[in-house]
Amino acid sequence: MSVKTPSRLEKILAAGHLAVTSECGPPRGSDPEAISKKAELIRGHVDAINITDNQTSVTRLCSLAACIRLKLMGLEPVLQMVTRDRNRIALQSDILGAASFDIYNILCLSGDHQRFGDCPQGQNVHDLDSMQLIQTARHMRDEGKFLGGDPIKRPPQMFVGAAANPFADPFEIRVPRLAKKIAAGAEFIQTQCIYNLDKFEQWMRLARDRGLHEKVHILAGLTPLKSAGMARYMKNRVPGMDVPDAVVKRMADTPKEKQPDEGIAICVESIQRLKDLPGVHGFHIMAIEWEEKVPEIVERAGLYPRPTLD
Amino acid sequence: MIVADKKPIQEIIETIQNHTRILIMGCNECVTVCEAGGKKEVGILASALRMYFLNQNKDVSIDEITLERQCDHEYLEEIRDRVDQYDAIVSLACGVGVQFTAEKYHSIPVYPGVNTCFLGATEERGLWTERCQACGRCILAQTAGICPISRCAKRLLNGPCGGSSGGKCEIDKDIDCGWQLIIDRLKALGRMDAYEKLCPIKDWSTDRAGGPRKVTREDLKQ
Repeated sequence: MSVKTPSRLEKILAAGHLAVTSECGPPRGSDPEAISKKAELIRGHVDAINITDNQTSVTRLCSLAACIRLKLMGLEPVLQMVTRDRNRIALQSDILGAASFDIYNILCLSGDHQRFGDCPQGQNVHDLDSMQLIQTARHMRDEGKFLGGDPIKRPPQMFVGAAANPFADPFEIRVPRLAKKIAAGAEFIQTQCIYNLDKFEQWMRLARDRGLHEKVHILAGLTPLKSAGMARYMKNRVPGMDVPDAVVKRMADTPKEKQPDEGIAICVESIQRLKDLPGVHGFHIMAIEWEEKVPEIVERAGLYPRPTLD
Repeated sequence: MIVADKKPIQEIIETIQNHTRILIMGCNECVTVCEAGGKKEVGILASALRMYFLNQNKDVSIDEITLERQCDHEYLEEIRDRVDQYDAIVSLACGVGVQFTAEKYHSIPVYPGVNTCFLGATEERGLWTERCQACGRCILAQTAGICPISRCAKRLLNGPCGGSSGGKCEIDKDIDCGWQLIIDRLKALGRMDAYEKLCPIKDWSTDRAGGPRKVTREDLKQ
């Protein structure tokens, strides 16, 4: 896959390195240090940092502003954009805003339903869906045009990504759905948190059978568990999450004070097992409000130091 | 049909409490089928209101009528010679009927007695579910006869999202995942290859987004 943008993440993947990304959730307030402190914790241990976009539909400082802050800190942001909150005018406008700060990565999502957030009485927009946002970002970059057809002066140069959940139902369309996102223009994929490695490997095998691993860079998503309670919550309460009983039991059988260490160990073991899986081109470590553990995970998984680019 | 649900009687009382000659007006169409605003419901509401005003020692007259339709000039004309007897109408028709009545009879306030909910079907007595959002550009041919706009909580045209679990929607375990239904039906029709066809960006100008809509049929105009 040839490089099409100035994205550092794209270059690392194109060079055949295992990429490492992580994410920072913006604060529920306007304190700029809430972002910069989190980012400093992982600087140097990751190639790019996703900024979530009002995740779980809870109102937060906007993804775009937080991405600009990372960029000004000399870091590589991945702008997450959901189609829940903005129509095609606002989405294109925000893409241009990000491009004006030379933000080179975008992750296109539909977003959790607002039912789960702090504004359950609000409207959702979904003028476009996540596939159509992928198409829009590619259209703006590759054709240099707005959806309306007019030319864009200085088009965005964004490496375009999408999410994939190998664990949601129905399983049989999970790989066709990946194929559809690739057809829409996705160049990298960050997956849902993986706890059921067998099922993930099955999904990757089916993706390889169709040659999809050669058309897109798949970054395996991982979230370290902090406690047995968190494991149970993820298993029972988070839609589309697959936490096997064995993982819950392993956390529950660990003394409470040792559970965080066990969660990190599971995460590291998972990366080590998946590192050699054909088609896995990197890891997306989502340490939710636990960013300080990302360097340890990256180091123990043998993914440190991060590659340098010429 | 248009599915409506009864408004709480307290809300209706609050809107009409300054009136003394009230006509409760039902509709013999959709709202009769969904048992929210037909002749029977008009009778029940009228009795309840009479009881309420009696208990309040207020002299309020409550009359009842149920028209064939409230969305048609012809039927609405049936009350023209008696409408002056009233100082308020409570319409148990859908929002269309309420407005059409109000447009026709300018000098009398018309209040809604039901909440108009959606375009749906009767699953069983006492259970109505949504099927259509009247987007004005039907895509059911591409989605195996099941509408993702009305049946997916995110109206995804290329679903399902990652929240589909055991055939149910992430927002409520009692709501079917619309995209699971589409996939099940594509399978039954032997058309799973259609799943991978990208649904293009939708033109919403025929939807609510395009402003108040109208359908004009020159061939039918006189």
